[in-house]
Amino acid sequence: MIYEEVTSGSRTRRTLTGTARMLLALKLDGPLLIGLSLVALYGLIVLYSASGQSLSMVGRAAIRLVMGGVAMLVLAQVNPNFLRRTSPWLYALGCVLLLIVDLTGYIGKGAQRWLDLGIVRFQPSELMKLAVPMMCAWYLHERPLPPSPLSLAVLTTLIFVPVAMVVAQPDLGTGMLIAIGGMLVIVLAGLQVRIIMALLGLAAIGAWIGWHFLHEYQRKRVLMFLDPQSDPLGAGYHTIQSQIAIGSGGPFGKGWMNGSQAQLEFLPERSTDFIFAVAGEEFGMLGLVILLLLYLFVVGRALYLAMQTQDTFARLLAGSLALTFFVYVFINAGMVSGLLPVVGVPLPLVSYGGTSMVTLLAGFGILMSLYSHRKLIGS
Amino acid sequence: MSGRSAREVNAGSFRWRAYLLFGLLACSAGALAWRAVDLQLVDNEFLLNKASKNFSRVATIAAHRGTITDRYGEPLAVSTPVDSVWVNPKELIQALSPATEGVAADSRPRLLGSDQLTRLAQALRMDRQELARRITSNADREFLYLARHRQPAEAQKIKALGIPGVYLAREYRRYYPSGEVTGHILGFTNIDDAGQEGLELAFDHWLAGEDGAKRVIQDRLGRIVQDVDSIRPARPGRDLVLSIDLRIQYLAYRELKAAIRKQRARAGSVVVMDVTTGEVLAMVNQPAYNPNDRDQLSPKTYRNRAITDIIEPGSSIKPFFVAAALASGKYHADSVIDTSPGYMKVGATIFEDEHGSLGRVNLATILAKSSNVGMGILALSLEPEQMWTTLTKFGFGQVTTSGFPGESAGLLSHYSHWRPVGIFTMSHGYGLSVTPLQLTHAYATLGAYGAAHPVSFLRVDGQPPGEQVIDASVSRDLIHLLESVVASEEGTGQLASIPGYRVSGKTGTAWKATTGGYSTDKYLAVFGGVAPATRPRLAAVVVIDEPGAGAYYGGQVAAPVFAEVVGGALRLMGVPPDEPIKSIEEMRPLQAAQGRPAPVRR
Repeated sequence: MIYEEVTSGSRTRRTLTGTARMLLALKLDGPLLIGLSLVALYGLIVLYSASGQSLSMVGRAAIRLVMGGVAMLVLAQVNPNFLRRTSPWLYALGCVLLLIVDLTGYIGKGAQRWLDLGIVRFQPSELMKLAVPMMCAWYLHERPLPPSPLSLAVLTTLIFVPVAMVVAQPDLGTGMLIAIGGMLVIVLAGLQVRIIMALLGLAAIGAWIGWHFLHEYQRKRVLMFLDPQSDPLGAGYHTIQSQIAIGSGGPFGKGWMNGSQAQLEFLPERSTDFIFAVAGEEFGMLGLVILLLLYLFVVGRALYLAMQTQDTFARLLAGSLALTFFVYVFINAGMVSGLLPVVGVPLPLVSYGGTSMVTLLAGFGILMSLYSHRKLIGS
Repeated sequence: MSGRSAREVNAGSFRWRAYLLFGLLACSAGALAWRAVDLQLVDNEFLLNKASKNFSRVATIAAHRGTITDRYGEPLAVSTPVDSVWVNPKELIQALSPATEGVAADSRPRLLGSDQLTRLAQALRMDRQELARRITSNADREFLYLARHRQPAEAQKIKALGIPGVYLAREYRRYYPSGEVTGHILGFTNIDDAGQEGLELAFDHWLAGEDGAKRVIQDRLGRIVQDVDSIRPARPGRDLVLSIDLRIQYLAYRELKAAIRKQRARAGSVVVMDVTTGEVLAMVNQPAYNPNDRDQLSPKTYRNRAITDIIEPGSSIKPFFVAAALASGKYHADSVIDTSPGYMKVGATIFEDEHGSLGRVNLATILAKSSNVGMGILALSLEPEQMWTTLTKFGFGQVTTSGFPGESAGLLSHYSHWRPVGIFTMSHGYGLSVTPLQLTHAYATLGAYGAAHPVSFLRVDGQPPGEQVIDASVSRDLIHLLESVVASEEGTGQLASIPGYRVSGKTGTAWKATTGGYSTDKYLAVFGGVAPATRPRLAAVVVIDEPGAGAYYGGQVAAPVFAEVVGGALRLMGVPPDEPIKSIEEMRPLQAAQGRPAPVRR
């Protein structure tokens, strides 16, 4: 399927040669751009319904999309060598900002994720979604692969420090996503099977220890995942309602703006974390399959671009970015449909709010830069 | 993946990892797809049902209660629309203190800080703190009454405040236009419009409407978004036409109340019945209450004494013993009984007549002068079984067919338990108990020449056949004998006379039974009778309980009320007089009665 989509993308390129040339000049990838645009369009359509026909919310989402598009365009022009050199500095900056956020949060005695910069409010954890895989790729790019145990230890520390600070905010979902972004770089760099096994063992122990560090509401979410019916009006409410919404949609859905669960607000967080359920209820299985195919196309194209890159830094970073995107989709869709416990992870490019939309598109900008500048690197 | 050095060494490893990653990706996508199939195809129906349980509700449509009217259609109890104010606490809390997201504990201070709550409290005339407490302590509910039964105009003002979550519900409230006058008969309903007392209770099934139902769609906060369809329309209650004649009812109420005040009595009752049909035309009690004012409701006042209370009838029971005597064949209308020496010893008890020996007197005189000794001699000469049968046929000792809630059967012991002393005391109205309604019905049966018509609070169309409980000739003789109570010079009931009509009746004055025997200063004054005597149309009983202004004889206290009520009723009903009006003096009370402002239309 990915292959077919790619073919249709290439046909577009052939017919619109003028456009293709322009895209080339802008260092953008046509098929990926189309895939992302389709997902974003799908997202805006669902958001209009999920927000209760709020044009202002749709408008704000569109503005964020434009901002993300600009970020993508800018980053696509940046030379990957420059990106590589700035990686450690970006990582360091991110860590400092996270520390500031944690400290203000500690002083203010509450959850703190934002840095108020006056004009915009900035979420340092979003920066880390990009900075951590960049840092890991930077660290590995001149070292022998697969990484030595010492390198692994260094990488683990590099990932663990920012993740711990994000989890302390507390924002378990984002912390997890950052960790996955970094770990994917390591996996792509190559690990022996026994090390993967050992890591899985360590992860289990880590989970057991981490359980004691979880906040009460976070533990509840995990327990509720295991048995949502035990508290249908309390902690299990989210999962139960979202499954009802998706399931009641049936094969073809109830129609746009006709989903009773979404429109009557039985579905919580309907325009943010649980927007996938709105799509499932109103567009049915057909709508969900189309959305998933769009996502797969985006991921597939991104992976294809990653494979075309030549050096270690580019390949590791691009691969990680492409796969992280899919992990986002899987975690969100899995949580909404009851496959995974409820963690606050937005559905990429569709969920309303946050800076995640900008970060994601910026990531794709980096990916396009790595691809379009692939011939420049290698010295 | 590889660096320059790794490419050669690890090409195989890279391929393996790529496959693994693609495999994982495919598995994940597959898992999501499987989940979609599982939820949307396999469990679709089940989850659709769950979804509809979320939003689909059945709401009730209030039905109004049937109207109660008097026999001519005058409304006695009507349901008028009112609005109850209710709140959806979830919605209100979320709207007025949005940050809390349904956490009741800390939403109260935020609620109290809201000026919308202040305005709501003012409009409801409630305390702010109390209002906030009620709302927050019901924070997880979707329905809470704030005020019941407010006037629609006032309720609209509350609605117009536009406070989220505050709604109106249409309900019906009972109004009783004649208030105290019909209070005891009608009873009342509770705040949910269900009958609680009186005929409202007795005919609740008939009067109560059946609430309709409609399907509605509501959102998570319980706000009704849309009416989908009607499941069942509301069926309004059926109307009820009573036998009561409001004009006579009002007359009886006015006269009884005046008499109670004048005699400084504790309580009293009047029952007026149509002899020809058994319909109750009027029934009043004192003290009375206004059923429109719930604060007045106390069993002491809302009890319908004429039906629920039993009294010892005193001499007003005598006619029915005479009826037994006439029916036995041992006595006839002109029989003479020797009552000398004016007292009589039965067992260890000595009974005596109040005003000394009457000597040899006929039945008319015994009744007219209310001779206890004469009645005792008469009763002791009869078979107990035959007396018991006659009394039972007149309805004593049994509940009537009125169907009124809480009706008492009175007390009439079986003749097998009767002893001579008991027979003697019963013959002048002690040792047996009746309700005023029962006594009225017995007089009505007498007035219908022995044909007992079932007691009815509902209008009876046509003339129902009565059960002949005693010979018509016996009844005629007895009615004639009872005329002497009112008409003869020596009668105890002269004050019951009505200009233009001949009255047959009997006075009664009973010592009230108290703890430790009969009281000697607390009396119950009774007058029962029928009119016009030539062809009775009305039967009535007046009971005055504990007259305290000096006079206490039934003939002094109860008889005048009988004359006013029955006289007025006969004229209102257009019953032709059966006696020429003798003098101007006799005209006076008639003029006085007619000169009073007419209480009712017609």
